[in-house]
Amino acid sequence: MSAFYDEVQEIKAQYPDWRSATLPALRLAQEKHGYLSPDALRECAEALGTTPAFCESVASFYDMYHLRPVGRHLVEVCTNVSCALVGAQQVLEGFERELGIRAGETTGDGEVTLRTIECLGGCGWATIVAIDNKYRTHVMPDGVQAIVEGLRNGD
Amino acid sequence: MATEVREIVMADAGERDLTKLAEYEAIGGYQALQKARGMTPAAIIDELNASELRGRGGAFFPTGRKWSFVPKPDQNPNPHYLVVNADESEPGSFKDNEIMARVPHRFLEGCLITAHAVDSQNVFIYIRGEYTGPYEVLVGALEELHARADLRGDVTIVLHRGAGAYICGEETALLESLEGKRGQPRTKPPFPAVQGLYASPTVVNNVETMATVPPIITMGGAEYAQLGVPDSRGTRLVSLSGHVANGGNYEIENGVSLRDMIYDLGGGVPGGRQLKAVIPGGSSTSILRYDEIDVGYDFNSLLKLDTAMGSAGVIVLDDRCCMVQLGIRVNEFYEHESCGKCTPCREGTRWMTQILRRLEAGDAEQHELDLLLDVCDRINGKCLCPLGETAAIAVASYVEKFREEFQTHIDEGGCPFGDSSPLHDVLAPVAQHTHHPTATVPA
Repeated sequence: MSAFYDEVQEIKAQYPDWRSATLPALRLAQEKHGYLSPDALRECAEALGTTPAFCESVASFYDMYHLRPVGRHLVEVCTNVSCALVGAQQVLEGFERELGIRAGETTGDGEVTLRTIECLGGCGWATIVAIDNKYRTHVMPDGVQAIVEGLRNGD
Repeated sequence: MATEVREIVMADAGERDLTKLAEYEAIGGYQALQKARGMTPAAIIDELNASELRGRGGAFFPTGRKWSFVPKPDQNPNPHYLVVNADESEPGSFKDNEIMARVPHRFLEGCLITAHAVDSQNVFIYIRGEYTGPYEVLVGALEELHARADLRGDVTIVLHRGAGAYICGEETALLESLEGKRGQPRTKPPFPAVQGLYASPTVVNNVETMATVPPIITMGGAEYAQLGVPDSRGTRLVSLSGHVANGGNYEIENGVSLRDMIYDLGGGVPGGRQLKAVIPGGSSTSILRYDEIDVGYDFNSLLKLDTAMGSAGVIVLDDRCCMVQLGIRVNEFYEHESCGKCTPCREGTRWMTQILRRLEAGDAEQHELDLLLDVCDRINGKCLCPLGETAAIAVASYVEKFREEFQTHIDEGGCPFGDSSPLHDVLAPVAQHTHHPTATVPA
């Protein structure tokens, strides 16, 4: 069996019920496959001992699971109230200009997906931008160019 | 009451790196746990009752009383669970983020004391999926703890990561999610204390509540209750954001003036602008006008103004902000996060956005303002959980407190603020899905 399968078995052992391993298993499958493709869901279901349909029904509820392909990098700009008050929309538009795409889209080379996201829990350090799930705080529109260059240079 | 920082939960975190077990032990860390293990569960609950600690997640339920609802082991043979709600997602709140990142051991010590108090050997910490930073700190702290049998005893602590859903901060939705399902709230009763995780007795507590437990055991409940004001004892981590010079978390004694918090600790409204409004406890709470902030930041004082401390996220808005735009952005959040189970919330939040957008565009007729409030009314009290209700209450409060501004949108056929308001045309995720569906990635 695969390393993925073994890892899911270890996770299952942490809980009184195998089902609790569903979210962690989906996360692992997504890390392995890039997104939750039909193959990823099948592998996940096999490791959990359930059906791909169950896995998809759970995955479709949560924002962090991608049921469609996303870029190699994920840029998420919080546009909730606290970030919006200090200019999150301008930050978002800065990313749209630099990347040449609209929010919700992926660059033509498949490198970067840009999207807005709801409150990331860093309101006092706005604007918060999550780059591949790592927070950047106090992002200003004039700081966007450097972030995008960093992504393109593989930092 | 003086407006100064009073650190109980965050004590010593400014001077030392308390993410390290050795540093935490050097300031007396985990001694409260040793003391608590020498006490009976009933004695610990008595101490919590004496402290008058109320839950810091937002509902403000007395912590000791919550623990006392858990059946004793001889009354219910199922295992008892402690589930920690670290799914902090309320717009405006970011305190648990900082607690987990800077005082992880105080938080974990609180979990271990609580586990002892409710006869539990299994602790699950449900941390929101986006909190990568705090998660990594907790992983490190747990590794240190696992190497110390004298501290962890017979308790296992499992870190469980969420995957992006505000609703999972609601305790029964959190339990569903922890059981590996879609995070949709359950009917109550039965309450989690009786039938929670895997239908077993379960206590669900917030991160800040847990991190407050060790200091209470150390100083004694009676002394902790000396802090703060009646019905709101002790300290609170307040998250300041929006139009304040110094945004951030500040631990204060309950009852300090909201105005002093904003102007003394937060440094006031930047850019020489005027204060317009304050959202006092995260976006789910009713708004206060600029002339209503001479109020104590405590449960009773805010209740008199029909609002609440909620999860202590104070959002400050200056005079450029349009209240209709605020309504749109706040409501779009709830529309996006509605789990879809109850019709009034799922449909009502969408209708509210539509009416608010018509108001903002100047297309709304006079009766639509009442229609908006009517939709709010038809959500209130008609759902399993408070998500839709909080959207309705928040938006209705903007109309109530700034009715003349909503009326101007109708009378003038448009927004008097337009793009001079920072909330103008902000792209929310719910609108992004509608207008810019995810593009296909080239192979």
